[in-house]
Amino acid sequence: MGIPITVQVNGVSHSHEVEPRLLLAHYLRDVLRLTGTHIGCDTSSCGACTILVDGKAVKSCTMLAVQADGAEITTIEGLASNGELHPLQKSFNEEHGLQCGFCTPGMIMTATDLLANNPSPSEQEIRHALEGNYCRCTGYHNIVKAIQNAANTQG
Amino acid sequence: MIPASFNYHRASSVNEALDLLKQYGDDARLLAGGHSLLPAMKLRMNAPANLIDIGRIAELNSIRVENGTLHIGAGATHSAIAASPDVQGHAPVLADTAGMIGDVQVRNKGTIGGSLAHADPAADYPAVLLILNASINVIGPNGTRSIAAGDFFQDLYVTALEENEIITGVEIPAMPQGAGAVYLKFAQPASRFALVGCAALVKKDGGTCSEVRVAFTGVGNMPFRDSGVEGALTGQSADASAIEAAAAQAAGGIDVLSDHFAGEDYRTHLARVYARRALSQAAGLA
Amino acid sequence: MGKFIGQSIKRVEDKRFTTGHGRYTDDIVLPNMTYAQIIRSPYAHARINSVDTKAAAAHPGVVAIFTGKDIAEAGINGVPCGWQVDFKNGDTMKEPPHPLLVADKVRHVGDAVAIVIAETREAAKDAAELVEVDYEELPAVTDPYKAVQDGAPLVHDEAPKNMAYDWELGDKEKTDAAMASAHHITTLEFVNQRLVPNAIEPRSAIGDYDATNDKYTLYTTSQNPHLTRLLMCAFVLGLPEHKVRVVAPDVGGGFGSKIFHYIEEALVTWCSQKIGRPVKWTAERSESFMTDAHGRDHVTKAEMGFDKDGKIVGLRINTWANLGAYLSTFSTCVPTWLHGTLLQGLYTTPAIHIDLVAAFTHTTPVDAYRGAGRPEATYLLERLVETGARELGMDPAELRLKNFIPPFDGVNQPGYQTQVALQYDSGNYEQVLKKALEIVDYDNFRKEQAEARKQGKLLGIGISTYIEACGIAPSAVVGALGARAGLYESAQVRIQPTGKVSVYTGSHSHGQGHETTFAQVVADKLGIALEDVEIVHGDSEAVAFGMGTYGSRSLAVGGSAIVKSLDKVIEKGAKIAAHKLEAAVDDLEFANGAWTVKGTDKSIAFGDIALTAYVPHDYPEGLEPGLDFSSFYDPANFTYPFGAHIAVVEVDKETGKVTLKRFVAVDDVGNVINPMIVEGQIHGGLAQGIGQALFEEAIYDEDGQLVNGTYMDYTMPRADDLPSFETDRTVTPCPHNPLGVKGAGEAGTIGSTPAVVNAVIDALSEYGVKDIRMPLTPQRVWQAMQNGKQS
Repeated sequence: MGIPITVQVNGVSHSHEVEPRLLLAHYLRDVLRLTGTHIGCDTSSCGACTILVDGKAVKSCTMLAVQADGAEITTIEGLASNGELHPLQKSFNEEHGLQCGFCTPGMIMTATDLLANNPSPSEQEIRHALEGNYCRCTGYHNIVKAIQNAANTQG
Repeated sequence: MIPASFNYHRASSVNEALDLLKQYGDDARLLAGGHSLLPAMKLRMNAPANLIDIGRIAELNSIRVENGTLHIGAGATHSAIAASPDVQGHAPVLADTAGMIGDVQVRNKGTIGGSLAHADPAADYPAVLLILNASINVIGPNGTRSIAAGDFFQDLYVTALEENEIITGVEIPAMPQGAGAVYLKFAQPASRFALVGCAALVKKDGGTCSEVRVAFTGVGNMPFRDSGVEGALTGQSADASAIEAAAAQAAGGIDVLSDHFAGEDYRTHLARVYARRALSQAAGLA
Repeated sequence: MGKFIGQSIKRVEDKRFTTGHGRYTDDIVLPNMTYAQIIRSPYAHARINSVDTKAAAAHPGVVAIFTGKDIAEAGINGVPCGWQVDFKNGDTMKEPPHPLLVADKVRHVGDAVAIVIAETREAAKDAAELVEVDYEELPAVTDPYKAVQDGAPLVHDEAPKNMAYDWELGDKEKTDAAMASAHHITTLEFVNQRLVPNAIEPRSAIGDYDATNDKYTLYTTSQNPHLTRLLMCAFVLGLPEHKVRVVAPDVGGGFGSKIFHYIEEALVTWCSQKIGRPVKWTAERSESFMTDAHGRDHVTKAEMGFDKDGKIVGLRINTWANLGAYLSTFSTCVPTWLHGTLLQGLYTTPAIHIDLVAAFTHTTPVDAYRGAGRPEATYLLERLVETGARELGMDPAELRLKNFIPPFDGVNQPGYQTQVALQYDSGNYEQVLKKALEIVDYDNFRKEQAEARKQGKLLGIGISTYIEACGIAPSAVVGALGARAGLYESAQVRIQPTGKVSVYTGSHSHGQGHETTFAQVVADKLGIALEDVEIVHGDSEAVAFGMGTYGSRSLAVGGSAIVKSLDKVIEKGAKIAAHKLEAAVDDLEFANGAWTVKGTDKSIAFGDIALTAYVPHDYPEGLEPGLDFSSFYDPANFTYPFGAHIAVVEVDKETGKVTLKRFVAVDDVGNVINPMIVEGQIHGGLAQGIGQALFEEAIYDEDGQLVNGTYMDYTMPRADDLPSFETDRTVTPCPHNPLGVKGAGEAGTIGSTPAVVNAVIDALSEYGVKDIRMPLTPQRVWQAMQNGKQS
């Protein structure tokens, strides 16, 4: 039984009939082919699938697509505007805040939520804000620096 | 990672949700934020035939203070509770606790009603609701009722919710005048649920503890008020040695949980340490 | 330093990752693709009585189901082991088959029994639940020491006492004599616990058979696509190699776990041919926990002998290494040639002997995980040295300085011949330790520590110094040691007619930043712009051959292959330039992207030569057109990075919780092409090494169940578990490769673990704690304090 949904993703409206059990992460990846949202675990732990739903960071693997009906969604693909990279996208490059890139979209989306609520976080606040995002490559050192850098740029 | 198939029903009101529950009964589960249920469904540890989505029922989302009582709708998210000036003003310990649950993404979706209904023995809220003398409001086929937090949690993942009942919200009376309260947790390092969570409330008259409430989560099969600790400190002076002595009573008579992170001895020890720390801090705030 | 070499150039590959346009295996969707779900054993050891697929086959959307019986009937071999380590007495290593799907007996939780292929992922998952396997559970053994005792349940009938091989290295007689005459012997018995690599991208594979052309394509999360192709074609499926293309696109972290040829790669390839459609399999995290090759898992008894002045006189090691249920690709060399050979450490120890037994158990196969053998060697050495210092009443830094091999550059002084087969290339060990001590302000720390103690706070400091062997590896050497492959690397440098450069490397980047680092080397050597260089990797059809990326080898081996090709380009370019400039080749010099006649202003730019090479109208007689060279570089020796790490911890007296306050890492990885990237590699390595010390462990219960096979139970280090790191380096160039580089990928992991453990033991010195089993969880630290108090 398909359920009709309409979502606004990165400023574009999409309508589909979806199976109720379809996870939002799979909807984005498989139906909309926005594969920047990654899936790294099955226990809502790693945060690789983090996106913004109505402006808030959520784990898209722990939300059904039907729950997102009517929502405004931003994924990593929608963060740059008019060809200009978001300050976090730039600062992750500047500070070498990524290696394999797999956790990066989730990290950046979580950091977006953080900076929206706390424009100049301390190192400890940044580290705490990332507790729902795993990275196995960077030891987090440069991710923290990248977020600090973006906060300074935005401020 | 893929839940088993189910039928999806979206309720636009509590009454509609009740009707749907009645219709689907045993084969139905309520879906609010989904942060307890969906992880279990993804691992196929839970496979309900019907999901009733109550996440859009506006009447369940409100947070307000009325006549000195804080009302939190079951659908309020942890982040909404953490950020609410009403909660921060009325029961700051609850706002702080909501801010310690899971991680930011989880807090943005997970709800207090969902957490309570799931009744994970290591969840953070229950200990705090116990020391706040909160009650849990539910509605069912036979109308509404209010369940004291102390009666609500009955066993591992078992609550006083009856068939086809829905949690509508939580009511929290005013804290005793001048009381201080804190919740401290020693987190299980992987899940960051409470390995031991201790909530403490202390009211002082002069230098004496006139009222003491202590509750634990993560220690036993269900959260509990620790009458041993409470009794030992009530009427005593709020000094370090009295607090230490009272805290040493922690988890008496409880079947303490054991896992690879904390065996029974260590968990009991942590309960004592956290009781002492929580009581000291609460007394400091009083 | 050049214009690019030595500079922290920002990574050119980042844009696709920061904008969500990376292309990982699971991102790929092929027309008409099907989805696979693998049925895995819930038991560690069980006989399969029957597999009933009827209900599953009838499930809507199911395309095909294959079982172990189908695989056996098709005559498909299991996945092979790539390194032979024979018994001490000369008997051949026991190498039981590791079938793609098992038919008779499952040997670890997660062992593959059947595969369901369906139109959708959902249908595959649903149907998989309908496959009924009748298991007869059998007793299991999970510990490598227990496994080789009499009466232990057998993993494979053909491996008596569960022994894959036993092995020794060093001079036993000399070592026994040295230990017998030692003034003091420090003994430790410990477990170097099993870890789960946990690359954040789960493994994935897509098999795509094209019947028209009888051609196979495998997309896979691999660190070495060519090696996967070779093993799969030659040893498993018997496919003609030229009809098989293996692509490893963007790969989300490997840490060793994606080196190996896994059954799923061969399965989807074979299944695709059987059903005539592409087949995709992507692991769920719980499958990753059960089936990605794990790391470490040694039980060790270690003894170090000292004379009365604190000089190390001997080292004697007994290790039981857990290989898991089957021999994974490089599993056999990890506890032996990557472990025993590193026991010299940085010290002049004159007598060393290791005796080792490698055991099969009913657990997930164990293989190389970041560091692979070298962390285990470093751990035992650095724990022994530190414990020895404590027992002898000496300062652990001083004890190390007293025992270090003196500096040697490998050019003016020869390499250092160890007691355990290797010859170190160059080193200056005092220098790194002194620098680290200075950064951490070691002398002051002891005062701070004493002050903290008065306030009831437990501060501790721990040192670790390490050496590793990387740039893996000289083919002749490893061939003699049982490797079934040569570990060289290939590179093709193709100069396009317009002077732009495409480089095809057999190295594979899954986070290491080769697209930047390699381009820096090429741009500097050719004197061209960085953006004029493109690095291509990860596709067996584009790159002629490759051995891939592991063992910190990419720059030292892969980079050297690129340099070899660049030299050929420059040499041929000079001939063309000489012709154009009407000068002798010997009169030319190449610098800043142009050939100049020495002492004149007559010159010709690289771009002009490139064009001439492809439009050879005015051209040297007898010279072939084109400017395109391939090279294979086979290193002369391993490279030997080294370093000193220092951890400062605070232990909560009441809870036992360890807080890492500072971490100082001074590493010497030889010359550095991109300091930013090297530091990033160190950071990541540190987090994994610290993870082993404090957080991580795969726990099996008595029945062989993996108790903590999810992120809810297996503790991954998170941002708020770690401090910002303090890194620095010294530079001792490698004397035997053209870039003078040594490798940086594993250094952080190898050095950091014992530093943290030593720091915790130091913090607990008043409790008389000698050792705590890793990971040092709050419970274990608390328990150690309790036991200490009591004694």
